[in-house]
Amino acid sequence: MGRKLDPAKEKRGPGRKARKQKGAETELARFLPAAGDESSKRLSSRARKRAAKRRLGSAEALEMPKFPGAKPFPGKLPKGASGGAVQTPGKKGAQSLLRASQGKKRPAPTHSSEEEEEEEEDDSEEDDVVNQGGLWDSEDSDADMIDDYGADSTSEDDDEGEELLPIERAARKQKAQEAVAGSQWSEEETEEEEEEEAEEESPESGPQKNDEADGGLQINVDEEEPFVLPSAGEMEQDAQAPDLQRIHKRIQDIVAVLRDFGTQREEGRSRSEYLHRLQKDLATYYSYGDFLLGKLMDLFPLSELVEFLEANEVPRPITLRTNTLKTRRRDLAQPLGKWSKTGLVVYDSSVPIGATPEYLAGHYMLQGASSMLPVMALAPQEHERILDMCCAPGGKTSYIAQLMKNTGVILANDANAERLKSVVGNLHRLGVTNTIISHYDGRQFPKVVGGFDRVLLDAPCSGTGVISKDPAVKTNKDEKDILRCAHLQKELLLSAIDSVNATSKTGGYLVYCTCSIMVEENEWVVDYALKKRNVRLVPTGLDFGQEGFTRFRERRFHPTLRSTRRFYPHTHNMDGFFIAKFKKFSNSIPQSQTGNSAASTPTNLDLPEVKDQMTPKPKGSSHPAKKARVAVKAKQQLQKRQHPKKASFQKQNGISKGTDSSSPTVSCDTKSQAASKLQDSSQPAQKAEVIRGPKVPRKLKQQSAMPQASKKVAFRKQNASRGTDTEVPVLSLSKTQATLKPEDCDQPLGNSKRAEKVKQQLPEQPFKKAAFRKQNGTPKGPETSTVSLLSSSRPPPAKRRKSQSRGSSHLSS
Amino acid sequence: MRPLTEEETRVMFEKIAKYIGENLQLLVDRPDGTYCFRLHNDRVYYVSEKILKLAANISGDKLVSLGTCFGKFTKTHKFRLHITALDYLAPYAKYKVWIKPGAEQSFLYGNHVLKSGLGRITENTCQYQGVVVYSMADVPLGTHILLRYKRPEIGDSFANSSQVQLKKKKKKCLHSGKHSTGKNLAILT
Repeated sequence: MGRKLDPAKEKRGPGRKARKQKGAETELARFLPAAGDESSKRLSSRARKRAAKRRLGSAEALEMPKFPGAKPFPGKLPKGASGGAVQTPGKKGAQSLLRASQGKKRPAPTHSSEEEEEEEEDDSEEDDVVNQGGLWDSEDSDADMIDDYGADSTSEDDDEGEELLPIERAARKQKAQEAVAGSQWSEEETEEEEEEEAEEESPESGPQKNDEADGGLQINVDEEEPFVLPSAGEMEQDAQAPDLQRIHKRIQDIVAVLRDFGTQREEGRSRSEYLHRLQKDLATYYSYGDFLLGKLMDLFPLSELVEFLEANEVPRPITLRTNTLKTRRRDLAQPLGKWSKTGLVVYDSSVPIGATPEYLAGHYMLQGASSMLPVMALAPQEHERILDMCCAPGGKTSYIAQLMKNTGVILANDANAERLKSVVGNLHRLGVTNTIISHYDGRQFPKVVGGFDRVLLDAPCSGTGVISKDPAVKTNKDEKDILRCAHLQKELLLSAIDSVNATSKTGGYLVYCTCSIMVEENEWVVDYALKKRNVRLVPTGLDFGQEGFTRFRERRFHPTLRSTRRFYPHTHNMDGFFIAKFKKFSNSIPQSQTGNSAASTPTNLDLPEVKDQMTPKPKGSSHPAKKARVAVKAKQQLQKRQHPKKASFQKQNGISKGTDSSSPTVSCDTKSQAASKLQDSSQPAQKAEVIRGPKVPRKLKQQSAMPQASKKVAFRKQNASRGTDTEVPVLSLSKTQATLKPEDCDQPLGNSKRAEKVKQQLPEQPFKKAAFRKQNGTPKGPETSTVSLLSSSRPPPAKRRKSQSRGSSHLSS
Repeated sequence: MRPLTEEETRVMFEKIAKYIGENLQLLVDRPDGTYCFRLHNDRVYYVSEKILKLAANISGDKLVSLGTCFGKFTKTHKFRLHITALDYLAPYAKYKVWIKPGAEQSFLYGNHVLKSGLGRITENTCQYQGVVVYSMADVPLGTHILLRYKRPEIGDSFANSSQVQLKKKKKKCLHSGKHSTGKNLAILT
C-alpha cells in the first residue's frame, strides 16, 4: 500500500525529503559497518547493491576498450574486474571493486573527462594505501542508503548497452559524488594510517596490502600482504606470553612464504631470519627444545616438518600381534579390531586390551607396528640360534620364537634388570619355551657366547621416533645425548657383528634397528660398521618405507645405505623407526683399519684382509680414509665395467688371484693406473693406460704361479713402496703419469661431492653385472684390478671417462 | 644352575602328580627331545637339552631364566607350582573343571567359584583334588585344589594368601614378569 522505503533509490526532486534524507544517509554511512556476504537468492537491497557493483566492475572491464586513453585505468580495471569476479575476502573485493567503480563510474555517465578519471584514480590510489575499511564503509553505506528515486532517470542508460540495474547507476552516481567529498576525508585518514603502519609490524595484519604496487593480475594470494617478520620487540613479547593462536598463524604464514620465497619474501629479510623465526615458533607451539627442533628442520622439508610435529602429538593406533603358538589370527579377529598384515589394529574396544582372558592366556601381544618390522626383516628360520641383544620388553623375542615355532634356541639379553622381569613374564605368558634370558651388557657378547646364526639388535636410542609415546623426549635431548647414544650403538653393533657366525648355513644376518629418526644414530652408525667389519648391507625385505639417506648435510655414506629403511609417524602411521639388515661374509676382523669397504665373495676370506692392507697405504699417503675408499671403489668400479667384456676372466677369483699374485708390480701398476684413471678427465691418461695395456698381459702370462702368501706380502710391499714412491721403474712411470693427472684436472680434486657421485654410481654397476657378481653391493677387491688389467688393452669405455672425471682423490703421491 | 637333587625331585614330582598323576613321565620323555629340570636361584626350570647346552655358557649371576619356569622352592623346601607351568600340566590333567563364562572373570580376579559357576567337572573328582580349571572354550585358566563341603560355606583358600593378594600377584606376573603363585580355587557345593 504505502510506498516501500528503498534505500537504494536515489532521492530526487525538489522536496525537503530529498535533501534531508540524503543528508542523514551521509551521516549514518559513517557509522554503519559494512556487511560483506551476499546470498544468491533473495538479495536484500544492500545485497543487490553489491551485486550491482560487482557487475559494474565486470561491465566496466568490458567497457575498457572504449577508453584507450585512460591509461591509468588498465592498472586498476583488471584488478577491479578480477577482484569483483573473485569472491575474495569480502572487504578486499569490495574495495577494489569500489575503486574500480569509482573510476568507471565516470565514464559511464559522462563518457568524458579524463581529468576526472585521473583524479578519481589518484583518490583511489590513496585509498588503496589506506586501510580501506572506513572509507569503503562510508561509501558503500551511502550507496545503500540512497533511495532509488532515480530509477526512471537512469533508464536511459539502458540504451548504453550495459546491464546495469537502476540501483547500480544510482550507486555510481552516488559514489561519484561521495568520492569527491570523501577524498578529502580519506587523505586525512591516509596520513594517519600510514603512520600507524610504519610503526606497526604486526605480522598477522593479514589483509594489509600493497598490491597496488604489484599491479598486474590480482589473484587471491596476492591480495594478502606478504608476511612481515616481527621485529625484535615483538619477539620478546612473545617469549613472555605466547599466544598460541598467533604463533600458529605465524607458522603457517612463514611456511607459505618460504615455499615461494622469491616472490613472497619481505625485502631486506634473509631466508635464515625466516627460518630462525619459524624454528622459535615451532618450538613454542609444539613445546620442543631448540636443539631437537633444529635437528628436525635439517631432516625434513618444511611441509613435512609440520606434519611430523602434528603426528607426534597424536598417539599411534594400538596394534596387536597374534601369538601363533597359541591361536590363529582369525580366531582373535572376531572380538577385536580390523585386520592388517601380520597383526591387528585395534580401533576401539570395550574392554581394556591388556586384561582380556585371551591376553592373559597369551593369545596375543600388544606390540607396535614398527616393532614387528625388524623381526620380519630378520626372517628367523627354524632350528637356528638367535641372539636378541636388547630384548626388553620381549615383544620382538616372542615374535622370533613364534616364527621359529619354538624350535632352535633364542638367547634374549638385556642390560636392564628391571625390564628383564617383563621379558620373563611375557615369554612365559606367550608360551615361548626355547629361550634363555640373560642379563649381560650387550658389549660383552662375543666373549660370553658367540656363533649365532642371526642377531637382532634393537639398540637403545634417543627415542626421537616415539615422541608420541614419550613427550619428554622433546625437551630433554641435546647434542650430548645423541652422541652418547650413537657411541653406545656403535659399540653394540660391533659386538653384535662379532657374535654372528658368517659361515652359518642358513644365516649370517644381523638386523640393526632403532626407534629414532636421527641420522647420527642410524645411517652414521651403519656406515661406521660397514667400515669396521666385514659386513655388507642387504635389502631388508620390507617393500615399504623410506630409503635411508646416503648423504646428509656434510656427511656422506655408503651407497648401499639405500637398502635401509626409515619409517615416520606422519607417513606410515607407525612409530619412527630405522631398520638395516647386514650380512656378514667373513668371520675375520679387519685389522683396526678404516676405509674397508665391504666387498668380495664369502669364499675369499683372505681377500678382504689384503684389501684392508692395501687401502691404508694410499690413505696414509694422501687424503682421509673416505677419499681413499672412494678411490678404491671408483677403481673397482672402473674395473668392473670391463668385466662383461672379458667373459673368460670372469670365471674365478682364483684366476684373478693367480694373476694378482703373478705380478705384484703389474698390479701395482694397475692400481696406480686405476688411480690415475680416477683423477683423470683428460685424454693422456687414458692413452697411457692403453699403452700400458698390452704390456701387462704379457707379464701376467709369464709369471703365472706365485703362492698367495707371498703375493700378499708382495702386495703390501708394493703398496708401501707405492705410497712412498720408491724406485720401482714401473711405479715411477705410473707415478709420473699420475702426477700429470692432478695438474690436468684441478677441479675434481679435493671435491668431496664428486667422490660421492662416484660412490653413488657404484650401485649401478652391480645391477648390470649380475652374472659375475654374487652379491649386490660394492665391488670386489684386488681381483677386479687385475681383471681390468687383463682387459685393459681395449680403450676404456665411455662410461669410465665419466667416472674418471668425477673421481676426486689421487692415490699415489 | 644345577640339576635337582633327589629330595627336591621327589618333592616336586609329588606336587605335580597331584594334577597330572602318573602322566609325569610324559613330561620328561617328549617326542621332540629330552627335557629336564634344572634348578637355578631356587626356581625350577623345564628346558630341553638343546637349550641347556647353550645356557651352560652363561654365568650363574647373569642367567635370569631359561625355558619354562615350573615353580620354586620355598625357604622351607616346599615346592610351589607356578601358573607358568599351566601349559604343560593342562594337556595331561587328570581332573578338569570347566567354569561358566560369568564366573570366569571373577575367577581370574582371584575369587572363589561357587557351585553355580561350575559348568562341567570330571567324574569322580574327590575332595582336595588338584584340578585344572578351564573356561568353556577349553582355555586353561589355572590349577587348583578342589574343596568340597557339605554345607554352603565359603571355602578356604589354599595355603597361600588372601584373595586380594592373589589377584595382585597374578596381575603382576602377567604384566611385569614376576613369577606368580598358583591360583587357588575353592568350589562350594
